[in-house]
Parts: sequence; structure tokens; C-alpha cells
Amino acid sequence: MLMRSERSGDQPLIEARGLSVCVNGHDIINDIDLAIFPGQIVTLIGPNGAGKTTLVRALLGLVPYRQGKVMLARGLKIGYMPQRLRIDPIVPLTVQRFLTLNNRVARAEVRHALREVGASHVESAPVQVISGGEFQRVLLARALLRDPTVLVLDEPAQGVDVAGQGELYKLIAAIRDRRGCAVLMISQDLHLVMEAADSVICLNHHVCCTGLPEAVSRHPEYLKLFGALRPGGLAIYTHHHDHQHNLHGCVVPLSDNRGNTDADSR
Amino acid sequence: MPILDDFMLRALAAGTAVAVVAGPLGSFIVWRRMAYFGDTLAHSSLLGIALGFLFNLGLNWTVMAVCAAVALLLAILQRQRRLATDTLLGVLAHSALALGLVAVAFAEGLRVDLMGYLFGDILAIANRDLAWIYASGGLALLGILGLWRPLLCMTIDEELAKVEGVPVIWVNIAQMLLVAVIIAVAMKIVGILLVTALMIIPAATARRFAASPEQMALLASLIGCLAVVGGLSASLQWDTPAGPSIVAAAAVAFVVAYALPGRVYRPTTRPSRT
Repeated sequence: MLMRSERSGDQPLIEARGLSVCVNGHDIINDIDLAIFPGQIVTLIGPNGAGKTTLVRALLGLVPYRQGKVMLARGLKIGYMPQRLRIDPIVPLTVQRFLTLNNRVARAEVRHALREVGASHVESAPVQVISGGEFQRVLLARALLRDPTVLVLDEPAQGVDVAGQGELYKLIAAIRDRRGCAVLMISQDLHLVMEAADSVICLNHHVCCTGLPEAVSRHPEYLKLFGALRPGGLAIYTHHHDHQHNLHGCVVPLSDNRGNTDADSR
Repeated sequence: MPILDDFMLRALAAGTAVAVVAGPLGSFIVWRRMAYFGDTLAHSSLLGIALGFLFNLGLNWTVMAVCAAVALLLAILQRQRRLATDTLLGVLAHSALALGLVAVAFAEGLRVDLMGYLFGDILAIANRDLAWIYASGGLALLGILGLWRPLLCMTIDEELAKVEGVPVIWVNIAQMLLVAVIIAVAMKIVGILLVTALMIIPAATARRFAASPEQMALLASLIGCLAVVGGLSASLQWDTPAGPSIVAAAAVAFVVAYALPGRVYRPTTRPSRT
């Protein structure tokens, strides 16, 4: 079974092998293998504290890793959207200025990017007064303005209203189709794995399972993993693990009183 | 109306030069919450003065060297994540101040001048000092303009800047060194104790009226210049100490700016959804 872009023999844009990150003596992630190919959408899912953000930060070089290897393709341009970004009100900054801070782009391009993410109306507002959902869109626009080869999005839908979330995921898929960039995305919500994801990685300190939505319907093992695709852009990622984790994240055998992961019960 | 003497002109020239550089640099100090860092360097400069006296070296250079050393030390210590920056600053500031005071005790003749270093002596600025202020101030200004974009990116978010290719560590060190330079220079104007005020108060005042980072930096420079002019005039008029008068004038500007009705910063620019 090959991933969509693997077939063409492309080199991965970002590749990790045996990656382990240890923070203050605690293993956050362990022995992770992962590859993101051009034009591919890879979604990382997993419960709180599973190490999703840590994995992404290790890939970006923001946290040192204890073991393993991270390989970035030559000339890789990353558009990064962090999980949290709070701009102190002491800095006078409009959305427009925020978008051009590290990108020397024309005003028309800024407008275009804002239109693309559906946030045109906040262009001249100070960044501190727009809503969380609007700010997420602005962050996405900022990542897009860098004309990235890979978009790295850490929970892009947080703070976005329920109706907006599906819309936002659709938008990300549309951006990939339009620009051909790869997307590595973290989503905490197991129910909101988008239809367009080429690869889903379920993380809980280690890679629990990976799924390729396109092959799901044919592969009996993944059928068990994914369940049926619901029309309307959302794929339901029904989740059954062959093991579970205790409070320390250690793998323990499955017990009867625990069928779902934490995130499933949301 | 008092007559503008030579020393008064020199004081004005020196004070406004420092205020112009302090505007953008002070804005960054305010944005990046580095006010205590400025104080730490200012405290350390006493050690620089004492060392300069003890080893008979140029005071400007020893002050700058000690400030730079403390800044680099902080940058190194910050890389470990166990102690918070304010704790590190507290350790550095007071250790340096204590060492400075101990060193001062060894330096004969310095005790007499201590007040001058603590509170500045802008009226005693000589032409040689003026040249020094303009040269190092000009360099600091060029430095801050050159680093403007990467520094601003780091101010917004250090990790985002790093991912976007800003050499975060080096820009950070460069900014710390710039603060070290400007503190060594501004020390002559308002003294060790008040030097941070000259950077922070005009920037904080400017925030009230600024709509962009650049506006804030420019306004901070302007307000700083006004404070220098106002402080020096007051000092001439009422025979008050010049350095503290300048800082007091800046404080008045701050209070007036925030007490004034009218251009209050309110998030009213949010347009309605269409």
C-alpha cells in the first residue's frame, strides 16, 4: 500500500526516523517514524499530552531530540502556525502589519491571503482585538504568505466555532489543491479528521497506528480502524486500540472498562 | 529667560541624541518585557566604573565591556530552563552592584564622584564626551534599524521567528549589546539609577498614541527629546539636578498622556462582519 505521493518516487519534504524527545527526564515521544511527501496532507491525532505538539516542534527544530534523525528537504519553506500565540497589547500592531512583518509582500497579496482564509474584514484591526477564531485564520494567512512548500498547522481549528471548523478543514484541503503544498496538521479531535487527509497518524507517545483514508474502504484492518466515511467532508475515525495507556503513558493491555480514548468521549 | 550657555547647548545636544536612540531601543525593551534587564545592566555599570578607575582604563570602555559581559552571561544562563529570567536578572543585578560597590571601596577618589555616576552629570558634558555619545549612539541607532525586522518578528513570537529563519540567538545577543551600549552612553546624562527610565517612560508614553511599531518608536524618540528639553529648562529655571529633572519631565509627559481625554486606545477599529 503506497501513499499517494510515494508512488511518484518523490523525496519526502520532512522525514523523521526513530525520533525520541525527552523533556526534563520524561520521554514525551518515542521512536517515531514519519514522512511527509509533496502535496500530501498528514494529520496527527491523539489525546491531550500525547506529544503531538512536541513531535511537530522537534521536526521544526524548536526542541532538541534525544535520539533519531530529522531530515528536511533542501530549500524547504515552512509556513508554521503555532498552537498558541498571544501578542501583548503593548505592541501596536494591525493585522495588516502582522502579516507583512517577515514577508515583504504587496498589499494586494495580503488582501488576497486574507480573502483566501475568509478574514478580509479584520485587515486593519489591531491583532489584539480580533477573536480567537479570526486570529487563527490570520495566522493561516500569514503562513500562506510565505508561499510554503509545507504548511505546519498546530490545531488550526481551535477557537473556531463548530460550523467554522469543518469549513476550515475544507479550506486547508482547498489550499493544498490550489497551491500544491504539503500539510502537516495536528488535530485533537478524533471526529474531525478530514476527508482529504492522505495519512492519519495516531500518536500516543509512540505511533499507535497510521491510516490512509483512501485505502480504508478496501483494507479490512483499516475498515475496523476507520469505520464508514460520513458524507459531508468529515470522516469518522472510529478508534479501537489493541492496547491502552496508563496515566504515565506506558502501554498496558486493554481492559474492559475502557473502550475509547479520552478524545473519543468528547 | 535664561541665556543658553555653551554647557547648556552641549547638554541639549547630548540629551536629545540619547533620547533619539533610546526611543526605538526603549520600545523594544517595553515590548519584550526587558525593563528589569535594563536595570540589571545599569547596576552592573557601577562595576565597570570601578574597574576603569582601578586599572586606569577608559571608563566608557570598561562600562560597556562589563554591560556586554553581563548581557552575554544572561544569554548563556537563559539557555538552561530551570531558573526564570527575572530570577537570573535579580542574581546578576545585585551581584554586579555588590561587586561594584566593593570595587569602588578600593578605588581612591571615586567616592567623591559617586553621586555623579548615580545621578548623571549632563551639565558637565565636554566636547570629547559629546563626540563619544554621537559616535556610539549613531552606531547603536544603525544597529537597531538594521535589526528592526528580525527583532520585531522575535518580539511577536520567538519560535515563529525561528521557524521563519530568523537567527534568534544572534539577534537576541545583538539587541542585548545595543542596550549595553546605550546604557553606557545614557549613564552620563541621567546616571546609573535613572538610565532605564529614559528608555522606558518615553516608549510607554508613546504607546498611547501609536498605531504601529514604527510610530511608537518615533514618538518615543520625540517624547524623549521633549523630556530632555523640558528637564533641562526646569533645571536651569529652578536649579534642580538635571538628570532627575529630565526623568521627572518624562514622567509628567506619561501622566499627561494617559490622563488626557480624547485619543484613548480603544479597540473600536473592529469592523462589522459583512
